[in-house]
Amino acid sequence: MFRALVNFYHRLGSPPHFYRISGRLAPWFIGLALVLMAGGLYWGLVLAPTDYEQGDAYRIIYIHVPAAWLSMFVYMCMAVAGGLALVWRMKMAEVMAVTAAPIGAGFTLLALATGSIWGKPMWGTWWVWDARLTSELVLLFLYLGVIALDNAIEDRRLAGRAVGILALVGVVNIPIIHYSVEWWNTLHQGPTVTKFDAPSIHWSMLVPLLVMAVAFMLYFGGTWLLRARNEVLRREGNRRWAMELPEAS
Amino acid sequence: MSLTEFLAMGGYGAYVWSAYGITVAVLAWQLILPVVQRRQIVRQIRRRKRQEARRA
Repeated sequence: MFRALVNFYHRLGSPPHFYRISGRLAPWFIGLALVLMAGGLYWGLVLAPTDYEQGDAYRIIYIHVPAAWLSMFVYMCMAVAGGLALVWRMKMAEVMAVTAAPIGAGFTLLALATGSIWGKPMWGTWWVWDARLTSELVLLFLYLGVIALDNAIEDRRLAGRAVGILALVGVVNIPIIHYSVEWWNTLHQGPTVTKFDAPSIHWSMLVPLLVMAVAFMLYFGGTWLLRARNEVLRREGNRRWAMELPEAS
Repeated sequence: MSLTEFLAMGGYGAYVWSAYGITVAVLAWQLILPVVQRRQIVRQIRRRKRQEARRA
């Protein structure tokens, strides 16, 4: 059993194996994500009841909250990969860290944009320098910083390590985003779902939210694999295994 | 519920649908970009292979 695990780990660490496995997995991740999204959207937009305070404007929650969760989840994935890249100098960990950044930036942008659109009718303003909004904006800049750093360094191995350091330092921002609504009592509402006692949202609204969150996570998984195998092919394009791929003939 | 009622979203239609529209656009971009890039990378490898074959 242990041997099998070690074996699996080594195979994932090897670019040709990763390339093959990710090619098989990615369509399943994305396909399942799209099916769940269709179901979650129908449930959230059609079946779920109207909110008694916010009317139908609350339905933005089904994309806003999953995007915000993913913006932090992707960051943690990037930081773990960056840490592995620094400690063990694993090539695949470097690839995973670098390729997570643009996806995380996308989710962060979505969380900010949908939040802003939701804020206008509810708060009367597109933007306030509230602690939650500001720390989420800092997250976007951290992602953009990782992308810029990676583009600025020619040597791929060196870029991988630099990205790892920046990703790890930026982890400080994650608990700040999470606790911002408790530490500073400003405009953004407190947590509704992740409270330790019962969540203050009815199950008929909560279930589609969780379905959308799982769908977003699977979509991240699939697009991450696609970007990572592209990066592998870009780095190893002149290796024998890449030249011998059926798609390259 | 009629379709117009559904699209109106209780008067918040412009907000709800623009939020959903942006989301669809960003998520689609996240899928289209790697697919297009993959094609470019594979084409590059093929070109390099041909050059090497000519040299040999």
